[in-house]
This record gives sequence, structure tokens and C-alpha cells, in this order.
Amino acid sequence: MDWAAVTGGVLLGVGALLLVAGGIGINRFPHFYSRLHASGVVDTLAAALVLAGLAPAFGVTLGTLKLALIFVFLLFTSPTACHALARSAHLSGLREPRTPQESSSSPS
Amino acid sequence: MLLAAGVAILVAMGLALLRTLLGPTVWDRIMAVNSFGTKTVLLIALLGALAGRTDYLDIALLYALINFIGTVALMKYIETAPHEDAPEERA
Repeated sequence: MDWAAVTGGVLLGVGALLLVAGGIGINRFPHFYSRLHASGVVDTLAAALVLAGLAPAFGVTLGTLKLALIFVFLLFTSPTACHALARSAHLSGLREPRTPQESSSSPS
Repeated sequence: MLLAAGVAILVAMGLALLRTLLGPTVWDRIMAVNSFGTKTVLLIALLGALAGRTDYLDIALLYALINFIGTVALMKYIETAPHEDAPEERA
């Protein structure tokens, strides 16, 4: 039994499931910051899992090194882009909708 | 397994596209486009694995670079522009 291929398949499957879950998350969550949470956190982990799952398909070649490079790059840029988005939205004045008690006590 | 993962990535791309079209604020749209770009990188890498060629991975790496630069550039552009949904509380 080819254990490398089995491990790669499991990682790919988990990553694909996470991607779909993140896709549902960015459509179902109520406001921007929660959607950003679904997108930013899930995408980083799912990308890592999918890229790791692809590594056995290439074997010990230059391809695996390139996969590792893509992985490292995504690991740095995905949270950075997420932070830049949240910062830009916050600086431009986008706030979470208030809860009903808060908005009834202090309407603004 | 590669094909199943490819279909799942395509479904996730469709969902991201849906948020891009629906997104009430401009940040929702940019977030969805960024997410779409990340999924495109994964799809290109997966196509490379399906074709058994490592050339695709160079394209995937380049796409990841362009995706990040594009998002940050859009951020810098929007950060200076006030938003119609936002209350007047910018300092």
C-alpha cells in the first residue's frame, strides 16, 4: 500500500472540505467582520492542506520545492491581506451592527 | 481524489463569486476576490499535479504574487476614500 498517496489523499480531502465550508461561511455569516473571519482563517489552513496533499503527486522533485514555496508565500500573504482588509474597513468607519439591547439603549 | 478536490475547489470558487456579486460593501467584494484568487492558485497547482508537470506551479506562484499585490493596492486605494455606508466618524 502506498502510504504517501493515502496521506496525500486524506490531506486533499480535508482541505477540499474546509474550502467548501469556508465558501458557505462567507455567504451565511451576518456581517463583514465575521465573513472576513470565515474567509481569512479557513483559506490559510485549506491552502496549506491542499498544497501538502499535492506533494505526493510530484514526489521528491523540484515540484515539491515549488509547492513548499507557494505554501510559505500564502502563509505570509493570506493573513496580511486579511489584516489589511480589516484595517481598511475599520479606518473607513465600517462598524459591526449593534446588538438589539445596545441599539435600543443608545440609538446613534 | 485529485478530481474530487478539483470539483470542491470549483464549488468554493463559485461560492466566493456569489459573495463578490452580492457583497453589500466594497470590502466584502475585495475579500471574496482575494479568496477567489487563493482558490485559483490551488486549482492551478492541482491541474499541474493532474498533468504531471511542474511548470504549472510557477504560474501558481506568480498568480499568488499578483493576487496579493492586487489586494493590497486596492486597499490603499480605498483606504483614502470615504464610504457611503460609513458614519462621519473619521478622525
